[in-house]
Amino acid sequence: MNIKDFESALKSLEEIVAQLEGGDLTLDRALELFEEGVKISRFCNSKLEEAQRKVEMLTRTAGGNLVETPFAAPEGDEGGAP
Amino acid sequence: MHLFAERRIYSVSEITAEIKRDLEDRYGEVWVKGEISNFRHHSSGHMYFTLKDDRAQVRAACFRGNNTYLRFRPDDGLEVLVRGRVSVYEPRGEYQLIVQYMEPVGVGSLQLAFEQLKEKLRREGLFDAAHKKPLPLLPRKVGIVTSPSGAAIRDILRILDRRNASLDVLLYPASVQGAGAASEIAAGVRYFNTRSDIDVIIVGRGGGSIEDLWAFNEETLARAVFHSVLPVISAVGHEVDYTICDFVADLRAPTPSAAAETVSGAREDLRATVRSLQHRLLGGMSLGLERRRSVLDRLALNRAFNVAPNKVRELQQRFDESTVRLKQAMLGRARELRHRSETLAARLGRVDLGRTLDRRRDALALEVRALEAALRGLVRAKQSRLELAAGKLDALSPLAILERGYAICRAAGGKIIKEAASLSPGDLLDARLARGAVECRVEKVRP
Repeated sequence: MNIKDFESALKSLEEIVAQLEGGDLTLDRALELFEEGVKISRFCNSKLEEAQRKVEMLTRTAGGNLVETPFAAPEGDEGGAP
Repeated sequence: MHLFAERRIYSVSEITAEIKRDLEDRYGEVWVKGEISNFRHHSSGHMYFTLKDDRAQVRAACFRGNNTYLRFRPDDGLEVLVRGRVSVYEPRGEYQLIVQYMEPVGVGSLQLAFEQLKEKLRREGLFDAAHKKPLPLLPRKVGIVTSPSGAAIRDILRILDRRNASLDVLLYPASVQGAGAASEIAAGVRYFNTRSDIDVIIVGRGGGSIEDLWAFNEETLARAVFHSVLPVISAVGHEVDYTICDFVADLRAPTPSAAAETVSGAREDLRATVRSLQHRLLGGMSLGLERRRSVLDRLALNRAFNVAPNKVRELQQRFDESTVRLKQAMLGRARELRHRSETLAARLGRVDLGRTLDRRRDALALEVRALEAALRGLVRAKQSRLELAAGKLDALSPLAILERGYAICRAAGGKIIKEAASLSPGDLLDARLARGAVECRVEKVRP
């Protein structure tokens, strides 16, 4: 399986499903495609769940390096100051 | 002689210098309104032009030190109000205005600057649709360039909270108004492009006056956005505010909140898409198995034919091996889902993430149930001993051979006759055709 991003995975999965639904496959080929499809859908699900919501801000250290520190949204009402 | 004795004779330089001094003392600083013509922006940075009205004209110069602060680009035909000093350019003996400040008449200078830069960048092709990069379907991490204390970041985080978006956020803090803001924002865009973990960039700020939003109308930011390899969403002010940055960006979001909706919106739809593809995957596979089984069932009814038993057993075995692999793949998936829901349940006990995880756990449970139902269907389909590779069997099938016009001859005992010599004239034969059979008597043998 040569799948690296979600976009191409989804595209491959769509193609596999279309081929399986189209019939005209040998049984071996159908099974091969099915297993490939199961792998790809597993990959898609893992991508969908992978990111949490980490919110960080870059701050510059005394040495001039940028470091990431946790960030919380400023208090305030809707709209308001820019 | 005395006529000449009273004469005061100036050199050209002297009289010019005196006129210059008088003019400068007499007028000091003046405001003049007129139309620009013969405008030239010299490579030295100085600007030279003529100011005119319908009856007169005056030469004018605006030196680099002054014109870098102009927010619009002077050009021929523009009506302007200038502030400057009257002076004389001695080498040419021409009087001129040394312009310190000017603004367009009629339209605000910011508005004019906006239109001018927009036109310039449009001509250069910075707004062309061909340069717009597609946004990632499923961004994992978004880089935001805005003020850490502003409304924009607050609105964006609130939307991501509300949608429970699983998306990491990295904020590059930048001033979003005032001198240097455009450069700071541009630096943020360039910085995110040096990282490998950012999928999309949002630049923006909350609403304000045209002066407040000005940083987003500056060329330095427009160029940084244009050169960004990562897709950039511009989210400046309110729906009615359009900035140069909006035109250059790959997507203009009407507000920062809308930008947050855009980067988080697709995930739920994609979950549904993947789920539906999984079901179709199972459905497509089951359908293929059903089709094959029905062909085999039909063949199996024709027990009159002795279908190469070894070949059948071999195919049966291969089919069984394949279906075992299939079953393992599916059980693996079900186990994985169950494991994940258990892990989440365990984490629920530890961290109170509330109904969010409850929902996710319910969704997972549903998915597991759907998968198990599909699995049961497949296992049922597999239980038949006759699930063989039907396509291959078709090629071997005697029915297919008979269809081509051959017959199968059997002796009285049912034994298939392969050699003429095994028969004698007068013997009875049974000849099986594609449809029906005939009884025959041997007339003559030609071994």
